[in-house]
Amino acid sequence: MSIFIALIAGIIFGAGLLVSGMMDPEKVIGFLDLFGEWDPSLMFVMGSALIVTVPAFRLIMRRQKPIFNERFSLPLKTYLDKPLIVGAAIFGVGWGLYGYCPGPGISSLASLNVASFLFVPSMLAGMWLANKVANK
Amino acid sequence: MNPDFINATIGGVMIAFSVIIMMSLLGKVTGISGIIWQSIKFDSAEPGRLWRPAFIVGLIIGPLLVHFLLGWEFPAPQSDNVWLIIVSGLLVGAGTQLGSGCTSGHGICGIGRFSSRSIVATVTFMAAGILTVAIVNAL
Repeated sequence: MSIFIALIAGIIFGAGLLVSGMMDPEKVIGFLDLFGEWDPSLMFVMGSALIVTVPAFRLIMRRQKPIFNERFSLPLKTYLDKPLIVGAAIFGVGWGLYGYCPGPGISSLASLNVASFLFVPSMLAGMWLANKVANK
Repeated sequence: MNPDFINATIGGVMIAFSVIIMMSLLGKVTGISGIIWQSIKFDSAEPGRLWRPAFIVGLIIGPLLVHFLLGWEFPAPQSDNVWLIIVSGLLVGAGTQLGSGCTSGHGICGIGRFSSRSIVATVTFMAAGILTVAIVNAL
């Protein structure tokens, strides 16, 4: 059951990435080009997603547990630390260089373009390296 | 209104819908970077862990459906500079692991729960992205 639900949720998420413009690296770069020819449209992706998510999460969290599972799995850390900030900064640089974040990188495999077949293995290698270094 | 704004809003609501399904039905945070890494690691004994690879498969099927059923074109690559793409991928992979999340996990699920870690992470990766684009354009 959880596999089926996750598959459907993944399909909706991936479709949303293409519809929203997040899968278009040129649009992402335009969105991050605040000091150049700024394209603000992608602000509406996060904006509309949050407008829906914030009240929905408040309602969901009133429940004791999720509908098809025993408990909510939420991140345990609540404090700010150096890896969070350094990692986010490294991610931001990589995002600004080509315009893919992890979701659109994976979703763009659907388009069979060479760039995503270079990006995704590099991203997995980066994940492996970071875990190696952080000794997780 | 600019059609890009409308598409961005519709896409954002779809993403929110997916995130809400995952949280309300399975109790899971939809952080793509974490889902990707946990699905290739595969050494945990967590029951039902196959939801993660299933979600990843969905991420690829979703755009295919929009392409073939609705006739949407896939965006063109931004650059064909092989090294730029590889370096970008390495940084995105390493950064999201070290920083415990990406645009979805921190930017939507985390901020959606008013997590201070996620707000700080989102401001940081946005600022780093903006700075990177400004520097690349200036070169």
